Amino acid sequence: MRAVVTVTGTDRTGVVYHVSGLLYRHNVNIEDVSQTILGDQFAMMMMVDISQCTVGFSALAEALQTLGEEIGMNIRIQHEGLFDAMHNV
Amino acid sequence: MFNKNQVLETIEMVEKEHLDIRTVTLGLSLLSCVRASAAQTARAVYDLVMKKAEKLVPTVDALSREYGIPIVNKRVSVTPVSLITAAFPRESGLVGRALDDAATALGIDFLGGYSALVHKGTADYEAAFLDTIPQTLAQTSRLCASVNVGSTRSGVNIDAVRRMGEIVKETAALTADRDGVGCAKLVVFCNAVEDNPFMAGAFHGVGEGDTVINVGVSGPGVVRHALSFAPDADLTESAEIIKRTAFKITRAGQLIAREAADRLGARFGIVDLSLAPTPARGDSVAHILEELGLSVVGCHGTTAALAMLNDAVKKGGVMASSRVGGLSGAFIPVSEDIGMIEAAEAGQISLDKLEAMTCVCSVGLDMIAIPGDTPAPTISAMIADEAAIGMINAKTTAVRVIPAPNKGVGDVVNFGGLLGRAPVLPVHGGDASKFIGRGGLIPAPIHSFKN
Repeated sequence: MRAVVTVTGTDRTGVVYHVSGLLYRHNVNIEDVSQTILGDQFAMMMMVDISQCTVGFSALAEALQTLGEEIGMNIRIQHEGLFDAMHNV
Repeated sequence: MFNKNQVLETIEMVEKEHLDIRTVTLGLSLLSCVRASAAQTARAVYDLVMKKAEKLVPTVDALSREYGIPIVNKRVSVTPVSLITAAFPRESGLVGRALDDAATALGIDFLGGYSALVHKGTADYEAAFLDTIPQTLAQTSRLCASVNVGSTRSGVNIDAVRRMGEIVKETAALTADRDGVGCAKLVVFCNAVEDNPFMAGAFHGVGEGDTVINVGVSGPGVVRHALSFAPDADLTESAEIIKRTAFKITRAGQLIAREAADRLGARFGIVDLSLAPTPARGDSVAHILEELGLSVVGCHGTTAALAMLNDAVKKGGVMASSRVGGLSGAFIPVSEDIGMIEAAEAGQISLDKLEAMTCVCSVGLDMIAIPGDTPAPTISAMIADEAAIGMINAKTTAVRVIPAPNKGVGDVVNFGGLLGRAPVLPVHGGDASKFIGRGGLIPAPIHSFKN
């Protein structure tokens, strides 16, 4: 099962390090990454495979949200289905 | 596949433009609950709802978390209760209270179906059922009632229309301490639909399956935002923008409907292609019309703008969902839309303009506060006018007005929450009591004969 992790906020050092570290510790595989910086605004999208994740979806979402609060970024994880439905015919 | 910009667009829709799934409504048949007495039937109804809707709220909340889209309301609609209590109609309130108790126990915000279908004639058991509506609505908090008084195929039952004017007044009087809030949970229909997920008019039609998931989408803020990027587009292009946006919104609804049905072991019923406002700023249908170029909703041009919006929403949505139904279109409840509230407070929108708007959108006179001393025959006449519009135009129309007890024009009723607030609008003087008092049935229009 695949999900989309998005990270937005004011750019700072270590964002990719922290997010990918948390995903690694939960056995979540990152399949694709894309990021941009516009001015001081950072936006990153990760396509991840959560089928081998060591915790349930809600726990992973909470862990990411907590990490976001710690590093001052907005981090979400959502099943890919919503984006697929809304943007593909 | 999708790209990063599309992901960020979706997130912006949710976080800044109030994109949400407005309701996931579980339709339940109560036909298996009929017992020998009202008390036994009430017990069976309570047990059935508790069993079948037990997982509705946690399942929908989990879906919301996983897909990252708010799902605002979790609701239940049931078989019209008048059919369940036909053998003991005067005790229908027992079943109504049992349904309300179940909704409260399960955390369901509204439960619809305290309803009767009397569009061609009122049976004795239905007349007795109608009498129980005011008291039952006063004694419950989450139960919603609806009555279908007309249809394109059968005409308009003016005897029922006359009675409903009185029932609206009685309901207001019995909930006078709360600005007549009982009337916010009572809607009078023409051409009621059997798969409407929205309240107060949801009920589970007898032509439906046992357990069905119907979903109502929303997103007026998303449509307005999309239009704001094309301030000089002509109306053809504007309609295209609305269609594209409605497509995306509806696809989200279709996804949630299918998932919810799967997880709850129910059938996927329909997606209602709706633009449903809330009193929150940025979630207003009126503001879409203003974005299209009206200085204020209610001015001349409002009906045309709404007609275009309503049609474009349907065209975009139909392509996005395999099963479409319900009311499907733009909603214009006055108290639940900040743009409508402000236009009403500024004296810019009248009942007459609202009536005209109901000719081209999916609902009727909705959540409108009128003076508390409005006579029952005048309310009946308003219902008759709306029913006539629905009957002739083969569309659903409805009346949900609140004759605000002890209040007059210029006063405000405030229900709070999604029901919002509304300034009391003036109604016409003059007297239709002779017309309404004639009773009988307005015959079905000539174009009803299609067989």
